[in-house]
Amino acid sequence: MRIYFDHNATTPLAETVTETILATMKNHFGNASSVHSFGQTAKSIIDAAREKVSALIGATPQEIVFTSGGTESNNLALRGVSGSISTNKTRLITSAIEHEAVLKTVKDLSQQRWNTSVIPVDSDGLVLPEELEKIITSDTALVSVMHANNEIGTIQPIKELAEISHRHGALFHVDAVQSAGKLPICVKTLGVDLLSLSAHKFNGPKGVGALWVKRGLRLSPHSTGGKQERSRRAGTENVPALSGFGVAADIAKERLNKGSHVISQLRDRLESGILDAVPGTLVNGTTDQRIANTTNISFDRVEAESLLIALDLEGVAVSTGSACSSGTLEPSHVLKAMGLSPHRTQSSIRFSLGLGNSQEHIDRVVEIMPRVVDRLRQLSFSGSRQKN
Amino acid sequence: MAMSGGVDSSVAAALLSHDGHDVIGLSMQLYDQRDGDITFGNCCTLDDLHDARRVAGLLGIPHYILNFERQFKTSVVNNFISEYENARTPIPCVHCNGELKFSTLLERAQGLDAPKLATGHYAQVTQEKDGTYTLKRGADLTKDQSYFLFSLTQAQLACASFPLGHQQKSEVRAYAEQFNLPVAQKPDSHELCFVPDGDYASFIEKQSPNSGKPGRIADPSGSTLGGHDGIHRFTIGQRRGLGISNSVPLYVTQLDAKTNTVTVGERSQLEKTNLTASDVNWIAGTPPLSPLSLSVQIRHQHKAVKATVEAEGVARAHVTFEEPQPAITPGQAAVFYERETVIGGGWID
Repeated sequence: MRIYFDHNATTPLAETVTETILATMKNHFGNASSVHSFGQTAKSIIDAAREKVSALIGATPQEIVFTSGGTESNNLALRGVSGSISTNKTRLITSAIEHEAVLKTVKDLSQQRWNTSVIPVDSDGLVLPEELEKIITSDTALVSVMHANNEIGTIQPIKELAEISHRHGALFHVDAVQSAGKLPICVKTLGVDLLSLSAHKFNGPKGVGALWVKRGLRLSPHSTGGKQERSRRAGTENVPALSGFGVAADIAKERLNKGSHVISQLRDRLESGILDAVPGTLVNGTTDQRIANTTNISFDRVEAESLLIALDLEGVAVSTGSACSSGTLEPSHVLKAMGLSPHRTQSSIRFSLGLGNSQEHIDRVVEIMPRVVDRLRQLSFSGSRQKN
Repeated sequence: MAMSGGVDSSVAAALLSHDGHDVIGLSMQLYDQRDGDITFGNCCTLDDLHDARRVAGLLGIPHYILNFERQFKTSVVNNFISEYENARTPIPCVHCNGELKFSTLLERAQGLDAPKLATGHYAQVTQEKDGTYTLKRGADLTKDQSYFLFSLTQAQLACASFPLGHQQKSEVRAYAEQFNLPVAQKPDSHELCFVPDGDYASFIEKQSPNSGKPGRIADPSGSTLGGHDGIHRFTIGQRRGLGISNSVPLYVTQLDAKTNTVTVGERSQLEKTNLTASDVNWIAGTPPLSPLSLSVQIRHQHKAVKATVEAEGVARAHVTFEEPQPAITPGQAAVFYERETVIGGGWID
């Protein structure tokens, strides 16, 4: 049995999504910018997808810019918004637990004309509005905070943070890559100005995402050339992937409307199952404001890297930190920002559930965890490594 | 299977896999790879890790990259630097084998329920009738790497596997072609894996701000013959780079870290008949009770010569050569062989 518990990294395609993409590839190859009927068909496919994606977040289709994914959307938001900002605003604020796509971009921008500030998080992994209040200034151009954190799943108080930003004359960008499809989102209610999302996080294909840009906001395009996406993002559109994106958004919206608790129940059972069966385990981050599918657990006296591999050899796929950060010596910046000890940050595993997971999977994992963890705990190095 | 991405470990993995063993490929990440294409050295680079992954994929075995940056720095790089600071000529590969590969990496392997760790070394390990393990030279004497494995204990040897031990290098290359491994044509890496372009002097200077202090070059009586730019640039027996013209060739005979002096002399002064080895590892686990007549090798490229080896306590040994040997170098290893079997080895004082 192969068990996939890494849905926050990426998700399997929903069946209808795959079918739609294949059908589009086979039957509709036209370039959406062409005048003739082949182009018109392609264009209408994109329009349909745009409608569905905008419906997922309570927006209007014209406000959606299709991109190659969450990273590009974040880049476009942070870099592109300078077109809309007056020159006396020179500060960018973001949180300590953002995805690398935001942090690295902000770091890059800090080498240019921007000053940057970072809002700390508390030990629950929450960005507190009062912390933003403390550091926001009248020269702040943009505040960027993610909706749900990819590593621990905590949901940030976006509405309040956006309000504070606007009061100080700053725009607000929310990275909703991890929350779209998992939480109901309405851009009006959240009161944000920019929102990023990514298809492959909710059973859509990789290679496409979107940036929602509030009507009236001007964006300096990243990619210039043709007039696609209302001249905000040049390049011939990936029509098949976009068709899949639309269908995935549809499916997600329907699932959210139904209000199913299946995933959160599975997650809760997995979490309590592991905490009960394995001594020396703790959940990282608050369990109150959390997306339904995620649990991040630290295992005392175990190297996360080793546990990851051992589980993989047992057919269970999980992760430590963000997929993009593996292969480095740095502990998870998210766990570190929460103030967890280095020992704890390096012994934490993220379990994220989704389409295709069942109670059988939960049972199997809870069954094998004690044995696997025990074997690793018996090795001398797990003690000696922690001496640092 | 420890996979470096080189031909040897790749073929070893293929042989084990084809023999029906359950193989898990493990590669060690030894340097920070995040900056993309900065090549730290010439082994275990991003390209090499990529090669290891490709070979593993071809063989259908799982492959994992383990981050050992910290341990590598502590066990191998720091020792390398401090040895040079003390005017010794180190062999980092021995430390990597004993303290990284057959220690940390072996433990990781055991954590994954693997009873043995295999490497692509040209060496042989066998279990005797009484249960103890012996370490022997690889069948291909031109490629033999047993010299670098002298520090392995019985516990480590019990878990070691050397699939290439009885192969010739030419056979290994042939296997690589036969198995269609993408690394079949890849050249061997000869230099220190973590020193770019083999320029260890610059590497030391970058890592150790104390190095590179100018000092004296003196003759055996102590008279100054010239100056030098850093004692780490010299090793015993060195002839080049002295910057001294003399009627007969001069060689480095002594390096003194305290006075930062390089002593040079004629070839006859380079030859000695004894050495003392410290931190000796006896493969059998205990030192011999009486002096032994063995062959002793004092450098990787040295042909082992007859000598008497006498243990002093548990961790020291005195070696007396039948014939005087040139360039006995502090920091190098003296490895004791009985024909092709490694009896033990230690670090030359």
